[in-house]
Amino acid sequence: MVVPSGSCAGMLREHYADLFKDEPQTLKQVQALAARTYELAEFLLFVCKVQLKDSGEPVKVALHTSCSARREMNTHLHGRELLAQLSNVERVNHDHESECCGFGGTFSVRMPDISGAMVADKTRALKDSGAHKVLSADCGCLMNINGALEKQKEALRGQHLASFLWQRTGGAQ
Amino acid sequence: MSTSTIIPTVAVEEDFRTRAHNALGDQQLRNNFRTAMDSLMTKRAAAFSDAHEREHLRALGNSIRARALSKLPDLLEQLEQNLTRNGVTVHWAETVDEANGIVLSIIRAHEARQVIKGKSMVSEEMEMNHFLEAQGVECTESDMGEYIVQLDHEKPSHIIMPAIHKNAGQVASLFHDKLGVEYTKDVDQLIQIGRRVLRQKFFEADIGVSGVNFAVAETGTLLLVENEGNGRMTTTVPPVHIAVTGIEKVVENLRDVVPLLSLLTRSALGIPITTYVNMISGPRKAHELDGPQEVHLVLLDNGRSQAFADSELRQTLNCIRCGACMNHCPVYTRVGGHTYGEVYPGPIGKIITPHMVGLAKVPDHPSASSLCGACGEVCPVKIPIPALLRRLREENVKAPDSPHPVMRGQGSKYSRKERFIWNAWAKLNSSPTLYRLFGFFATRLRALTPSNVGPWTQNHSAPKPAARSLHDMAREHLGKQGDR
Repeated sequence: MVVPSGSCAGMLREHYADLFKDEPQTLKQVQALAARTYELAEFLLFVCKVQLKDSGEPVKVALHTSCSARREMNTHLHGRELLAQLSNVERVNHDHESECCGFGGTFSVRMPDISGAMVADKTRALKDSGAHKVLSADCGCLMNINGALEKQKEALRGQHLASFLWQRTGGAQ
Repeated sequence: MSTSTIIPTVAVEEDFRTRAHNALGDQQLRNNFRTAMDSLMTKRAAAFSDAHEREHLRALGNSIRARALSKLPDLLEQLEQNLTRNGVTVHWAETVDEANGIVLSIIRAHEARQVIKGKSMVSEEMEMNHFLEAQGVECTESDMGEYIVQLDHEKPSHIIMPAIHKNAGQVASLFHDKLGVEYTKDVDQLIQIGRRVLRQKFFEADIGVSGVNFAVAETGTLLLVENEGNGRMTTTVPPVHIAVTGIEKVVENLRDVVPLLSLLTRSALGIPITTYVNMISGPRKAHELDGPQEVHLVLLDNGRSQAFADSELRQTLNCIRCGACMNHCPVYTRVGGHTYGEVYPGPIGKIITPHMVGLAKVPDHPSASSLCGACGEVCPVKIPIPALLRRLREENVKAPDSPHPVMRGQGSKYSRKERFIWNAWAKLNSSPTLYRLFGFFATRLRALTPSNVGPWTQNHSAPKPAARSLHDMAREHLGKQGDR
């Protein structure tokens, strides 16, 4: 089972077992599921063992990784490795790269002032990085960052890592 | 120049969100904290450059603290026995009022008029300065950061660097205004100015009050680390030394201190060891040339036993008060320590304060986090802070009359409406039929999504569902490729 979102993959693989720790029958199923759960970048790298060929024009990209994907699964490293396979893609760092984008699920609506400050800083860092595109393997973060960029009336947008890889390798054709 | 006749008057009537909102708009505060926290994070990373060593040490620190907590009552008894044998008088205080009462009785017994203090967060729990001033006893803070904060009638904003919310310019103005000295932003000069004032206070004080970093049960030793030397002065110059600390600070053996100390100084400040490591094992002996005549230890509970009673929440008490969690917290960095409105700020503040003052007093604490996990990742004793925050959120929304309450203030955020909404959401997401129906309507009727969805649209454009769901598109794509 492949999950195109780091935080969701982490939930299924790391935390479901806690939720069902008192139900031995379901727990067995959960553990079996966890054993075959992959985050997308991980799946592409280690199961498909992709060798990506870049068919696009030179571009600078910034990669934002969700907190759970970063801390639970090192997804930021997998994303970097996939992007490194693309010859015309230059990945640039952004300021406070490992810091949370401020989404945090309900946090973004329970504490909108603090969340807003965090996403303002994150979007500013992404803009200042010089990247033409923002990429992320996490849908929650993307929704947060893109929603903020749109409200700020910025041209910059975030794209899912999978979509970007698909486009760069001529998948649309 | 009196350092403190008025007690800090930070208004704490507003709620967490209001204070956060105000702090977020204070650009000077934002800059001060961002700069300071970035520096502390860099220092810590440099001190723990070997990831393997770091993780091994953290696991060791966790096991040492867990072992001590597993025998807490016995160790406390052993601590008392050995301290008493060493000539230290041990006092027990369940509440901060009791603790203040004990300190006052010692002060009265010695007819003391002046107290000099080393930095102690437990004394902040007690609001000791406020209490003593009201009793006509002058109390001067000798840690430079605490001295600055006291001069400005404020409370500390960080557990290691109490005045971190101020930059050099702000301290320069403060000294110029309150001490009448020439304005200077030179940090060395500012330190010397403070030192001159404090020098006199050390000699005049009747009583020295300090905190304790670790209380060793095996030997009856109180360990106190510091960089300025004020801890040494406070605990040796005045004829009486009163140490105050929490009951969780006891460790079993002297050798347990070694890895904990290495974790503490590197996590807090990125330094291999503090300038001074004081090991206090009793008052001055007959043949000794210096030291106090009398040493007291006040052991404070103040809600710690509530955390202790629950096996998951007990991990909260692993804390060795390094401050790394708040240094790495994206929320703390943006709102600063005063926003939390309580003694302990940041992630540790959010998990310990509900035990000290009850959840009803700090109902927003468990939610003031995106659960990013930066704190748990750096905690030297591996407190699972995000998991504990999640647990506190659970306690917060239990029906207030739920049986076997584990925490005072259980259910302070309980709302029948919210409970209903989450139950409905759970049903929707666990029924394939309902979920598909929801997906159908969300995508087909996307034009009807309201453009203002409250707090979300404060920071984001209005959310609009996609025209087709991923499952829809995948089904169509796979269909085109023949059956699978």
